[in-house]
Amino acid sequence: METYVQSHPIPVAQPPKHASPLGRWLRHEILASPIQAVGTLLGLSLALTLIWALVDFTIVNAVWTGSNRAACAMVDQQLGACWPFIKDKLGQLMYGFYPADARWRVNLVYAVGLVLLIPLLHPRARYKLHLSIAFFGLFPLFAYVLLYGGPVFRPWLRAGATLVCFLALTCLAVHLKLINEQPFARQVRAFGLVVASIVALVVGLAIAPVFEVADRLNFALLLLCLVALAENRSPRGEDRVWAERGFCLAWAGFVLGLSCGFDIVAQPALQIIPTSQWGGLFVTLVVATTGIVASVPIGIVLALARRSSAPIIRTLAIGFIEIVRGVPLITILFFSTYMLPLFLDQPPDGLVRVLIGVSLFAGAYMAEIIRGGLQAIPKGQYEAAASLGLGYSQTMGLIVLPQAIRLVIPGVVNSFIGLFKDTTLVSVVSIFDLLGGMRAAFTDPAWSGPSILYTGFAFTGMIYFGFCYLMSSYSRLMEEHLRVDHRT
Amino acid sequence: MLTAQNTPELMADPMAIRMVGVNKWFGALHVLRDVNLEITRGQKLVICGPSGSGKSTMIRCINGLEAHQEGTIVVEGTELTEDLKKVNEIRRNVGMVFQHFNLFPHLTVLENLTLAPVWVKKLSRRDAEEIAMHYLSKVRIPEQANKYPGQLSGGQQQRVAIARSLCMSPRIMLFDEPTSALDPEMVKEVLDTMISLATDGMTMLCVTHEMGFARQVADLVVFMDHGQVVEVSGPEAFFGSPKHERAKLFLSQILH
Repeated sequence: METYVQSHPIPVAQPPKHASPLGRWLRHEILASPIQAVGTLLGLSLALTLIWALVDFTIVNAVWTGSNRAACAMVDQQLGACWPFIKDKLGQLMYGFYPADARWRVNLVYAVGLVLLIPLLHPRARYKLHLSIAFFGLFPLFAYVLLYGGPVFRPWLRAGATLVCFLALTCLAVHLKLINEQPFARQVRAFGLVVASIVALVVGLAIAPVFEVADRLNFALLLLCLVALAENRSPRGEDRVWAERGFCLAWAGFVLGLSCGFDIVAQPALQIIPTSQWGGLFVTLVVATTGIVASVPIGIVLALARRSSAPIIRTLAIGFIEIVRGVPLITILFFSTYMLPLFLDQPPDGLVRVLIGVSLFAGAYMAEIIRGGLQAIPKGQYEAAASLGLGYSQTMGLIVLPQAIRLVIPGVVNSFIGLFKDTTLVSVVSIFDLLGGMRAAFTDPAWSGPSILYTGFAFTGMIYFGFCYLMSSYSRLMEEHLRVDHRT
Repeated sequence: MLTAQNTPELMADPMAIRMVGVNKWFGALHVLRDVNLEITRGQKLVICGPSGSGKSTMIRCINGLEAHQEGTIVVEGTELTEDLKKVNEIRRNVGMVFQHFNLFPHLTVLENLTLAPVWVKKLSRRDAEEIAMHYLSKVRIPEQANKYPGQLSGGQQQRVAIARSLCMSPRIMLFDEPTSALDPEMVKEVLDTMISLATDGMTMLCVTHEMGFARQVADLVVFMDHGQVVEVSGPEAFFGSPKHERAKLFLSQILH
């Protein structure tokens, strides 16, 4: 070939336009080959048939008004939904045997939970740290007080006193260390803070003796955490330091205010509603939310332990994961409900036992999902972190886990969805969740008839589908968001 | 206790790295055989040799990414032992640049640079960002601060990696084949950054096959083969008249 040298640059051009985009779409994507055309038609007709059957059942043939089985007698023959049955049982399906005049408490917990959760789920939300503290730290306490009942302020006081002691001890430990090391001006400041911490500690402990021995044990545990924390102080910008100090001060003020008026504090109490009366969708949500929220930290700890270089820790983690994964959830629920009390002097409440069982079960699955993500992180990331002087917890918390968890979002959400539906198994240990409540409702002689079975299962199916679809849509949104941030 | 670097006697000690009788095995494979090296402050070493000769393993031993089994390694007055405190002290003083950059892909460039100063040196975020921007300007990509590593070219990523190490104000920089994973057009921008670092008086150990760079920057060229140091000489002597047979062969292979 002869030498070629370009004389003029070729200008950038638009891609060619088609005369009929619809025709092109039909030709290329729908009817490209006979097999594809047949497949499209078959799929469409099948989908239409199913959708039509569903519409027929839920709307066209359905009965909408009435108050007993007589109203639904005709749909027993022609296959239609018996909505008056659902309407009549709705309270029971949503709240179980939770007293009607106390259901506002459940609704209030829903409302507060949503108000906290929705901004937290937004990918670019601000104040995520504060929202997280509120949702994962304060909200469970709030929900417990409201849903279970009993003295309204006492649990807050307890948690508050614990927290004050904790903060004071942290401050004390950190500044006791600083006194030896820093220049004089800082020594004075550190000394002042040590005195302040001791005062806070005394105040905190002065509130604490009001409580039982279990709380003292709590303090001992917190002391242990503290030694670890003092070694590994997180850094903060000035503005954030003040935001956090403000938060702590407000909390301490709240607790101190409560303790000053202890007589008043002891007074207001909500009617106690034992968990045996909880039920319906409400208990499904309690079990699923607890399981979902608890499974992630349990899973992370187990996954890290399983990859640990310490042989005993690794073996224990492997043993735990394999045993819990190797038995059906029902077995675990039976064990935690009926056998656990035999080993303990003061067995926890029945629902708490179920929550522990579900959390451990979900945690073991989560551990394997997260371990998959951990294995995908290249060795170079660990080496880069090590060469910068980052320790184990910093490497894991800042570098490895954030990447690993992003990689396994689909698996994590898959596990959440599975768990949400697995909660129906709690009915075998006499907890009437949504499905259990529905089956109880079927036994009502005022409504018995075949149509209420179809209607009931269709209704519960729609609710479960709604929740699971929301979760899966959200996970797709998150994946999309995280991907956009990463590549060009 | 006073830290070793602050005592005047030790500051006067010109030795940056001292390796005495260092031996290392991978299983039964003897990968470092009795390595002895003394590197004074501000010296620039280029380490070369055929693949599998132990170049990378040697410099990875200096900041404890690989543990040596026999011998002594002293870095800036601190002896490298299994004690994690010592290892971390050395790692704070020693920066490292990798062949595949190893940037943190989930963090922006700026976050990559500020992470270690904030979490390891406990600087405030504002100070750390100021230092980060200083070094980003120094490697001439301050405008990329808020991008993610995946959005940069290989050469830019490697320059970010160099800046990330510099943010910890290390006394010694280790380079493990920093240009071998780059497109040919990007090699120069990274080498330029390294040359300007050398001009500033940084102690540098570079495993590289960039012989032009070695001629221009190196005070000493270390040639390794089968885990042994077989020749150490100035660049003029090494490239002009290599003494060892293996070095002669190596140079004849790479310089056509």
